[in-house]
Amino acid sequence: MDLKLKIWRQANQNTKGELKDYAIKNVSADSSFLEMMDQLNEELITKGEEPVVFDHDCREGICGMCSLHINGEPHGPQNATTTCQLHMRKFKDGDTIYIEPWRSRAFPVIKDLSVDRNAFDRIIEAGGYVSVNTSGNTLDANAMPVPKADADEAFNSATCIGCGACVAACPNASAMLFVSAKVSQLSLLPQGKVEAKDRVLNMVNQMDLEGFGNCSNVGACAEECPKEISLENIARMNREYLGASLASSK
Amino acid sequence: MAITGLFLISFLIVHLLGNLQLLDLSVEGQEKFNAYAKFMTSFPLIKIISYVLYISILFHAIDGIVLVMQNRKARPERYKSWKPNTNSIWASRNMGLLGTIILAFIIMHMGQFWYQMHWGDIGVDSEGNKNLAAVVIKTYQDGSAGLIFVLLYVISMAAIAFHLWHGFASAFQTFGLNHKRYTPVIKKVGYGISVIIPLAYAIIPVYILMAKN
Repeated sequence: MDLKLKIWRQANQNTKGELKDYAIKNVSADSSFLEMMDQLNEELITKGEEPVVFDHDCREGICGMCSLHINGEPHGPQNATTTCQLHMRKFKDGDTIYIEPWRSRAFPVIKDLSVDRNAFDRIIEAGGYVSVNTSGNTLDANAMPVPKADADEAFNSATCIGCGACVAACPNASAMLFVSAKVSQLSLLPQGKVEAKDRVLNMVNQMDLEGFGNCSNVGACAEECPKEISLENIARMNREYLGASLASSK
Repeated sequence: MAITGLFLISFLIVHLLGNLQLLDLSVEGQEKFNAYAKFMTSFPLIKIISYVLYISILFHAIDGIVLVMQNRKARPERYKSWKPNTNSIWASRNMGLLGTIILAFIIMHMGQFWYQMHWGDIGVDSEGNKNLAAVVIKTYQDGSAGLIFVLLYVISMAAIAFHLWHGFASAFQTFGLNHKRYTPVIKKVGYGISVIIPLAYAIIPVYILMAKN
């Protein structure tokens, strides 16, 4: 198939970017979206032009590295799918495709379609962990009983790959779905309950410091999430935050 | 937003139940309404609640403006291609706009009736109570201005309907109440009140206008 592409080109964080038009021919319907981008970049390199920078890593839909705001939606038109798992058969011959980076003050553009998502790492550093002694005397995991329902729910929350589509989709550029998934995956389990109060306070505080917007319960995040993280996580975090604020040890 | 929002919804219900008395346009009906208006503006407990209400409206509005400004700052560069209708409803993304319409309506509405009741020279009925019913009827029956006020009223009720469509269930989510069993019920109740309350309100001025002559 032949396609027209409108791709965001931006040299670096300090320059202004713009949409540039590209035409690409003979794209296989069986190729993934990123393979289409590879094809474009090979053509650009052959012509001596600067290739388009975009993030990608595992290309198996599990690492959270690929992004791209495709035709007005994070990760494109297919639900519960990362960009790397999106196939060109979802598009028609002659289509015009807009490709933009995640847009958020907290995710500055590094170059073209690649954005700096270190804000997420700093939120994890603020509390997204459990402090366990790993010097040889750790408890056997099975020695700690966990109700099956809790384990399943924690696992569902833990499937968040931290791609940032929630922020990209949110009209407020809020990171609540990501942060709440990371709070939930730990606080639902006995190992994580110990530090639960400080964790939720510190992670929410860091989230605000990074400049993400406020949650107004629009729900676009959960709709666009490639891992279908649910809004229940946000409600759980709101509960925990309220409880921890009222009864914090500090 | 959630606490003040739910409180304002409780006000909407009480205010509606009281003012549905205006559907009785007989002389006795009007006098009954005037007596009710006197009670609502003089009974101490109601007065205290009304001050809480004014503060809640102001807080809800100011907090809303602050949130909208922070949220705009969070995305300095907008998307060139943006299809939000694929993932969310219009009302949920336009609570600020809807709220602004509602605030403008509240200011107009308070100017028309609340101000007149407290400080206007509106005369008394045969019982000696300020004749607020006459002010209401005149406002919505008085020539082309009356028609415009009825139209503005109906449009504002539509804004409240959309505002509640998202706002009611959203408040519970903010409190952390999201449960497989209760959330679907909360949503249905929210959709129900967001249609019934504004519709019942809108009936009042439309009925008064149609009862002209």
